[in-house]
Amino acid sequence: MKRFYLREIAHARAGDKGDTSNIGVIAYKAEYFPLVLAQVTPERVRAHFRGLVKGTITRYELPQLWAINLVLEQALGGGVTRSLSLDPHGKSYSALILTLPVEVDEAMAAELDKAGRQPI
Amino acid sequence: MSAQVRRTAPLRIGAGASYAGDRIEPATDLAARGALDYLVYECLAERTIALAQLERLKDASKGYNELLEERFRQALPHCRRRGTRVITSMGAANPVGAARHTARIIDELGLAPMKAAAVVGDDVLAYCLEHRDTLQVMETGEPLSALAGEIVSANAYLGAEPLVEALRRGADVILTGRVADCSLFLAAMVHEFGWAFDDWERLGRGQAAGDMVECGAIVSGGYYADPRYKDVKDLANLGFPYLIVHPDGSSEVTKLEGTGGVINRAICTEHLLYEIHDLANYITPDVVVDFSDVRLDEVGEDRVRISGVRGKPRPDQLKVSIGVKEGWIGEGEITYAGLGCLNRARLAEEVVRERLRISGVQLQELRVDYIGLNSLHGEASLPPKEPPYEVRLRFAGRAATKRDAVRLGNEVETLVGKGPCSSSLPRQYVREVLAIYSCFVPRSAVRPEVVFAEPDK
Repeated sequence: MKRFYLREIAHARAGDKGDTSNIGVIAYKAEYFPLVLAQVTPERVRAHFRGLVKGTITRYELPQLWAINLVLEQALGGGVTRSLSLDPHGKSYSALILTLPVEVDEAMAAELDKAGRQPI
Repeated sequence: MSAQVRRTAPLRIGAGASYAGDRIEPATDLAARGALDYLVYECLAERTIALAQLERLKDASKGYNELLEERFRQALPHCRRRGTRVITSMGAANPVGAARHTARIIDELGLAPMKAAAVVGDDVLAYCLEHRDTLQVMETGEPLSALAGEIVSANAYLGAEPLVEALRRGADVILTGRVADCSLFLAAMVHEFGWAFDDWERLGRGQAAGDMVECGAIVSGGYYADPRYKDVKDLANLGFPYLIVHPDGSSEVTKLEGTGGVINRAICTEHLLYEIHDLANYITPDVVVDFSDVRLDEVGEDRVRISGVRGKPRPDQLKVSIGVKEGWIGEGEITYAGLGCLNRARLAEEVVRERLRISGVQLQELRVDYIGLNSLHGEASLPPKEPPYEVRLRFAGRAATKRDAVRLGNEVETLVGKGPCSSSLPRQYVREVLAIYSCFVPRSAVRPEVVFAEPDK
């Protein structure tokens, strides 16, 4: 097994409503989606965000689009309008989720390597 | 009822804006070359209408979008020539004022017989104040009357119905205040295809189509580019998207030839998930949309087909967005560069914290960021491989009074001459906090109306 950043197999976009952030994570290819499902779990996301998420994390799945939607409650510093953050909408959380390390088997690692994607 | 013949040809609806200050030229390009039936400008973020309300309180003739004049002078002549009707939330806190201004532009440009109409009735401030002890605020779980700050606006999210009425009565340009973003698009579909307001399946599909383009160029490459990973062609010349909607509610999203950007399955998926939480229950005033089995298929270059969407009965209540004055935010920033810059920034932080204490500045919350290190993600940031060459120190604090918010910035400003050496010039900012809360009101509390407008002045 080799470790890659999630960025090498998926892309993401974050939205907001009040103090809730949601992050869509989409596998670049169908064959990467099982890996996203197995490794981008609410528990791992909470640990990865190191205290940024104070409420519950819910994950919705859209297998036909190779996508999951992560809904992070109490994650925007008290809400878009009151937050003192430079990113009150949490739009850059899409970049943070893509720094999550994922374990990739040798065959997939070889394929990623061929595409110029480096392991961590 | 309308004697209108139901349309069988596909409907072409352009997205001319996705926020108040959006770029104008791509919308004009759509009006000129898009062979559009409708052009929709969505211009209200959550806070926009509350800010517009404050403006209107100062000057009763204001409170609508400042770019209306420029947008319409460019686009309306094309719309007149092609028979394109325009629907927009540029009315903000003053749809009637916006419609009268539009009527004047129509007059001055000789675009008769185009008619401008306002849809009013989203302003439910009086109702909310009257029922402040019983209306529950979603975010706090407490009654509206328990909010500490001054309530300055309350606007219900209207659905498509009053817009359809305006179209039926012959409006060519419709100016609204708060309307659910995708309902601005749905109104055109309902009017043209003659859908019933309880045809949940078609309404659901129509809302899905509107949802795909209501953020404008966000779906055509506007917030997607990540070089080597997600490349976007000719981003500077980014084209705005338009919809081709079929009578059964299925649709395609695409953009004009010769414009920059990209529309593919990946970007449409990103956008679909954006701001939607439970995909089986996306609540709009007109219908609850169920995206569980949505399909997105690339059917041509920069062209994606949306299908598989369903709808469920609309909610009984309407969501209301409430603007509340909640004090002030002051900010101060300064950059240190060179060897040891991080140590100088840390010393500056200590100094400012101590001076704020000494001078008794009252802050409800103080945040200190090291821009270039971890200002967006805090402890979750990847650690730097080597010390940074420069770092920007930022203080932000929330205060009850403007005076205390200003004093925070002043303590940062005086670091030049009374702090560590070798910095940039400091900058400081102060702004009023306009917090947004939400509650729900019964539909009977909201009575939208259509007002046809005469030119102002």
